[in-house]
Amino acid sequence: MHIGKYIDLVHRTEKDLADAFKMVAKAHRDEVDIEQTCLLLSSWSLQLADTMKPVANRYKKETDREPDRLTKTLLKKARKGSMAMLRDLHDLYLIVNEVLVCCTILKQGGTALADEELVTVCEEIERQTTRQSSWLMTRMKSAAPQTLIVAHP
Amino acid sequence: MNESRDSIKDIWGMRTPYKGDWPARVDQRTIEEPDHWVQSACVLCSNGCGMDIGVKNGRIVGVRGREGDRVNHGRLGPKGLHAWVANNSKDRITKPLIRTNGKLREATWDEAMDLIVQQSKDIIEKNTSLGIGFYTSGQLFLEEYYTLGVLGKAGLGTPHMDGNTRLCTATAAAALKVSFGSDGQPGSYTDLHTTDAILHFGHNIASQQTVLWMRILDRLAGPNPPKLVVIDPRYTDTAQKATVHLALKPGTNVPVMNGILNLIIQAGNIDKAYIDAHTTGFEELKKIVSAWAPERVEEVSNVPASRLRQAAEILGTAKSVVSTVLQGVYQSMQGTAAAVQVNNLHLIRGLIGRDGCGIYQMNGQPTAQNTRECGADGDLPGFRNWSNKEHVKELAALWNVQLDKIPHWSPPTHAMQIWRFAESGTIKMLWISGTNPAVSMPELSRIRQILKKKNLFVVVQDAFMTETTQYADVVLPAAIWGEKTGCFTNVDRTVHLSHKAVDPPGEAKSDLDIFLDYSRRMDFRDKDGNPLIQWTTAEEAFEAWKKCTKGRPCDYTGMSYAKLTGGSGIQWPCNETYPDGARHLYTNGVFNTDINQCETYGHDLDTGAAVTEQEYKAKNPAGKAFLKGSDYLPPHEVPDLEYPLWLTTGRIVYHFHTRTKTGRSQQLQDAAPDGYVQISEEDAAKYGIREGDMITVASRRGKVTEPAKIGGIEPGLVFIPFHYGYWDNNKRSRAANELTLTEWDPVSKQPHFKYAAVSIIKKEEDGTFKKIGKSIETLTEKLKPQEV
Ligand code: SF4
Repeated sequence: MHIGKYIDLVHRTEKDLADAFKMVAKAHRDEVDIEQTCLLLSSWSLQLADTMKPVANRYKKETDREPDRLTKTLLKKARKGSMAMLRDLHDLYLIVNEVLVCCTILKQGGTALADEELVTVCEEIERQTTRQSSWLMTRMKSAAPQTLIVAHP
Repeated sequence: MNESRDSIKDIWGMRTPYKGDWPARVDQRTIEEPDHWVQSACVLCSNGCGMDIGVKNGRIVGVRGREGDRVNHGRLGPKGLHAWVANNSKDRITKPLIRTNGKLREATWDEAMDLIVQQSKDIIEKNTSLGIGFYTSGQLFLEEYYTLGVLGKAGLGTPHMDGNTRLCTATAAAALKVSFGSDGQPGSYTDLHTTDAILHFGHNIASQQTVLWMRILDRLAGPNPPKLVVIDPRYTDTAQKATVHLALKPGTNVPVMNGILNLIIQAGNIDKAYIDAHTTGFEELKKIVSAWAPERVEEVSNVPASRLRQAAEILGTAKSVVSTVLQGVYQSMQGTAAAVQVNNLHLIRGLIGRDGCGIYQMNGQPTAQNTRECGADGDLPGFRNWSNKEHVKELAALWNVQLDKIPHWSPPTHAMQIWRFAESGTIKMLWISGTNPAVSMPELSRIRQILKKKNLFVVVQDAFMTETTQYADVVLPAAIWGEKTGCFTNVDRTVHLSHKAVDPPGEAKSDLDIFLDYSRRMDFRDKDGNPLIQWTTAEEAFEAWKKCTKGRPCDYTGMSYAKLTGGSGIQWPCNETYPDGARHLYTNGVFNTDINQCETYGHDLDTGAAVTEQEYKAKNPAGKAFLKGSDYLPPHEVPDLEYPLWLTTGRIVYHFHTRTKTGRSQQLQDAAPDGYVQISEEDAAKYGIREGDMITVASRRGKVTEPAKIGGIEPGLVFIPFHYGYWDNNKRSRAANELTLTEWDPVSKQPHFKYAAVSIIKKEEDGTFKKIGKSIETLTEKLKPQEV
């Protein structure tokens, strides 16, 4: 079975996301709503990581080696300025949506195994992650025209 | 001098108890006998009292209430009776001003407008019209907002337009949209005549809408008085009349409302049939509020569980309920979520759309409703949905422009973001009309820095020199109420026409004429090459607006200047179905949530994330109202060791906004000449503060020094009125907004003026302070019985 690897992947990614949202909040604190919302979304990821803990523990033996990390190539460190802000939100969006894909896959596995706990956890992750994703999309859309078109002084 | 009563001493006047109808009482104050009267309405708050302007020899000499008006039955409050004198003030701006070599100098209209046009064109060439932003008001007229909306959206094509209504009324609009699919106040003031219970939530109505409060006082003085539930951290005049007063901690509106709804649902005091037929989301809401047992609410909010139970008993069992909501909710943490809970209360009890059951998501300013309706706040005119292509197409057809001329690619830019773009330098021209952000915005040191920026061209259009005009590159002298004609709409959708009574001073022009002039000089054209804006008078603008509202919730098509002249104001919708206007919206339980009708697809209440068209389609509310809930999110700044107290800010009865008008009435000014900081007896004892002592209040963002006023407030909390800036007294830092936070609600984007962490330090009484302290002592004596 490979399911443990996926669980571990999502679990780690949520922890990474909690940090990544925090990092973006800090880098763009001049954009007050970004700072505050990213901190809120960071707390959600932390919460989700907690929620996953019991299933992650249960399937622990399945993970034989250090798995991939979704955040490996993205978001090494947050940058300053409005273009950088757009890119940071964009990066977060990609990670968050990877989580959603993983979750769909996991839920398939959980359902096939009739593992109710796992399915419930997946649904909670899907629910909160979709909200994260929607906010990121909303915020990117509103920032895009000004960032792409108007010259900065 | 003909004064029907001394409204300064006796704010609400004699009781005329309600017995089956609300008796008329005509309030008047004229300093000379007018040679004629001109029909108007008051523009000093959102109540919209009908009034006549008395004119003698081309000057305003006083006002009187209109006896036959549905809003006030002749009554006027202290601001209405006094503030008109500002029109005659000697220090009106009478000529355009241009900044040359760092100083403002008088200029001609041609010079000033040419300069603005040149700047606009340069910016557009280099940066598109995304380099231009407008920050307008809640005090212009409907015709002016609509004209501004059209020139911004179809002329320039900039999404950067908002009003200071963002600071006062954005959450009212947002909450109405969340629950009912579109903006539009469902209730009528006449609901107060028959209702069994009234909820005032974060709304010191006694002080803010004095005439509406008179209605309530007259109900309280008559048979079958309604029960009053007041939720407010301060023991205000309103709270003093409460059956139950919930003095909650700042930032805890959502827990308190969740607690009340939970008790109502637990007790089964809900209208199951109404919920099933006309709402969606009940189970989810129930689940959210079920986590808020009264004991938990008490822990978080300091509201005793027993009191919460009493409030829930009243609000859960009264046969009819009127709710009013204002800044204590809108300008605090989770503003939209908390305001929506009031809508939920009415929905789950089926108390909406009929007599006695009004929700007034109050507006602060007199014409704020029109800023929202006409699109001067960034929304699309006529409550259209910017993310619904069909709605944008309707406007493109109406204005005869290409669809893509109208900015609809992202949400309209809200005021806080407009200022942020100006700060970061991507908005290069900011046109401010009818508002004074250098006193009214949060965190003033930041606002001053932005206004000072070299690469920001600032246009200010006002009647007086203000703290903001100081930073202007061009100042345009504006005509005000009484000097121009136009309409405005109050909180129960009553539209009044205010006729021009006198000429504006010097070369001052109406905001409408200024916008039309700009549009002409910019040569805005429609797609056939004709002038984009073809109206030249207020009445023509009104006729154009009527076309824009056809078939929309705010339908004005049945009104005309003729119909609005002579009698009372008229409530919209006014059309073929409702030729005399409609008292209530949603009488049949069908809401504006249909996908083709709604003004928005909605937002996540915690993050503000937009719901997409597809997601909305999947929900398919089809006319059902949304029941949405939210769990508690604690405020972002809370008291700590360094800043151990909560600050909250607000208004006092004698002043409006930054006092540009009310501060020029000797009587209003004498009644409340200076700011103060209100603290509890307990805190006063703790810090060794006596009444009138000068104390310095500091936050992470600034400092103010104010005389102390003791009592009427919970320990741990201090209150400072926000009206006082520097135009008439720059001797000390005193504007409350030196202290407030730059942050806003995720959905309505309204800033949070109602909480910040502060510390207080008692000033040693040196000579100067002692003197100020003394004059303040007399002031506080005078204010004590009336104003807390
Ligand atoms: S209640 Fe409002 S509208 Fe009426 S007179 Fe007073 S300030 Fe004017």
